[in-house]
Amino acid sequence: MKTKRAWFAFPYMIWMALFVVIPIVIMLVYSLTVDTETAAGTALEASFENYTGMALYMSVFGRSFWLALIATIICLLIGYPVAYLMSREGPGFQRLAMALIMLPMWMNFLLRTYSWMAILENNGLLNQLFQKLGVIALYNRLTGSNIDHFQMIRTSGAVVLGMVYNYLPFMILPIYTVLTKLDVRLIEAAQDLGANSVTVFRRVILPLSVSGIVSGVTMVFVPSVSTFAISRLLGGGTQMMLGDLIENQFLGGAYNPHLGAAISMVMMVIVVICMLVMNHFGDGEGEAVML
Amino acid sequence: MSKELIRLKDVSMTFDDGVTVLHDINIYFNDKEFLTLLGPSGCGKTTMLRIIGGFQTPSSGDVIFDGVRINDVPPYRRQVNTVFQKYALFPHLNVYENVAFGLRIPREGTDSNGKKEKVKLSREEIDARVREMLEVVSLKGFEHRSIASLSGGQQQRVAIARALVNRPKVLLLDEPLGALDMRLRKDMQQELKRIQQQMGITFINVTHDQEEALAMSDTVVVMNEGVIQQIGTPEDIYNEPKNAFVADFIGESNIVDGIMREDRVVEIFNRRFACLDGGFGKDEPVDVVIRPEDVDIVSEAEGQLKGAVTSVTFKGVHYDTIVDFYGFKWLIQTTDYCPVGSHIGIKIDPDGFHVMKKSKYSGMFGDYSSYSEEYDEINDPTLLEAEEEGNDDED
Ligand SMILES: Nc1ncnc2c1ncn2[C@@H]1O[C@H](COP(=O)(O)OP(=O)(O)O)[C@@H](O)[C@H]1O
Ligand SMILES: [Mg+2]
Repeated sequence: MKTKRAWFAFPYMIWMALFVVIPIVIMLVYSLTVDTETAAGTALEASFENYTGMALYMSVFGRSFWLALIATIICLLIGYPVAYLMSREGPGFQRLAMALIMLPMWMNFLLRTYSWMAILENNGLLNQLFQKLGVIALYNRLTGSNIDHFQMIRTSGAVVLGMVYNYLPFMILPIYTVLTKLDVRLIEAAQDLGANSVTVFRRVILPLSVSGIVSGVTMVFVPSVSTFAISRLLGGGTQMMLGDLIENQFLGGAYNPHLGAAISMVMMVIVVICMLVMNHFGDGEGEAVML
Repeated sequence: MSKELIRLKDVSMTFDDGVTVLHDINIYFNDKEFLTLLGPSGCGKTTMLRIIGGFQTPSSGDVIFDGVRINDVPPYRRQVNTVFQKYALFPHLNVYENVAFGLRIPREGTDSNGKKEKVKLSREEIDARVREMLEVVSLKGFEHRSIASLSGGQQQRVAIARALVNRPKVLLLDEPLGALDMRLRKDMQQELKRIQQQMGITFINVTHDQEEALAMSDTVVVMNEGVIQQIGTPEDIYNEPKNAFVADFIGESNIVDGIMREDRVVEIFNRRFACLDGGFGKDEPVDVVIRPEDVDIVSEAEGQLKGAVTSVTFKGVHYDTIVDFYGFKWLIQTTDYCPVGSHIGIKIDPDGFHVMKKSKYSGMFGDYSSYSEEYDEINDPTLLEAEEEGNDDED
């Protein structure tokens, strides 16, 4: 039995080693070294320099975690009610709603984000619409200003919007799954004991959906923190986030893979800590999502 | 019994799929009574309980509580609590918090001026009541255990405590003993009875186990196919079943066609027997119930009826003896051993007969021709299926 099981796990172990462990080791090595010029050419030299010099980028760290946090909270505030309402409807409605939520995900992530650019642009769809509806004129009259468009693109708001739009399904789905699995008899038991619908929600449904919330928060927060396309396209360079910073070290003008690796390591550690704290609330059920 | 507490008036229940599960139910439940709804699976017992609990609104008819129509009162406003079929304990709360659940919810009450206000129990009062209740159900010391760590019997006690701690006027129990093993079930029967008497409230219990119903109840309500067949004390139901269904469902019965020749004289197998029943028309066709334990085996010469033994099964206290009388097989329970193939006679005293009016169940029950096969059912599923089509035996 035992040997058989070990044998089955073998491909998975290779997979993990190839694509998880080895890359992390390489990154760790990179982050703890710098390039030095010697007579024979460039060589690696052990150094903590990459980590000590990181204080410079504090604001980028701060912005990344802050925007990701806001996006996660908005996703939760929208996602939970949507998942809850969905789970209470008939099976036909549930299938339809599920299809509508999944539909945008069949289109490439970059394309979706580009279309938001077209919508939020200074002379984009929304601003043209506001112009036509006289919203901008009204705004000018009310505030005494003189603008010909609302600044939407290249703001932190646009970046958060992009994150919410792209990652909302990852909040809805795990919560929805937990809620559909919830035993209706528990709800009836609570009603039987005197709980009205508000109390039933607060004392039974919400506590029993914590594991779904933890999964959802994890699945929204982690990609949000490390995103770079959304901040690049919708933030227009004004909203540099960790993803942009790292990309810049590997592929961009600031070419310094050692610093990039160090930033990645720090980001990873912070994210893991956040998730461990989260999982503490979710009885560890969110753990599966992390791996 | 004391005063009436709940009444179902002409209650029918038809679900969205068009199936009518309850037909014109009329029944009342007395205060401080232990009543059992008894019937085979699917006969509508749970549905009836859910209507009383407020989880289902009847398609027609009225639910009356203490003289007030409560059809539209939601479950959380009813002075009724339920022990659910599989307990439905809150998995995220420990034993103590499960029991305290109802007490922590502010109730609507009236203050000294008669104005409505939310009443919240103090922490001390909640604690006292939870502990008192855990003691009633013998779960002292289990306060901080998680639900998952409890056995079935313990979970059931938590469910009972969780319901009773709210001091309802009525406790509804949906097959409370169904998930327990045989021994535990017997213990819990006594236990439930004790708790009911200690609390002094009405218990409405649901079961498909006739033995349980007879052992625990003040009143038994026998149901089949959404219709109440009979209401009465356990003794009434056993001794005076109203029709072949009840006679067959409660205990073992030989049911044969008979003719009521006159009051206190019934004819079966073309022979007249003295009985205690009367009030039928002259020469009215009837169903006659003879309980297996009311038959005495005597020598062939002395017997009122003569037959041949076709099967004997040792049951501990007695033998289940199947005897063929003129092609009709009877079950007889005696302590005397009669070998297979022996010819015997039987005697039945007048009080051994119970005469019933013909009903739609006449001829469907009470023949033990298939008795020996019943023991092979486990090995031969095809037999079981064939049987099920033929008659609707207890499950
Ligand atoms: N919500 C429902 N919708 C449709 N049919 C139902 C529903 N609930 C119960 N039934 C049907 O009603 C019948 C009686 O069910 P139930 O009251 O649970 O029986 P019991 O508790 O006596 O076994 C069953 O045939 C069941 O399938
Ligand atoms: Mg049932």
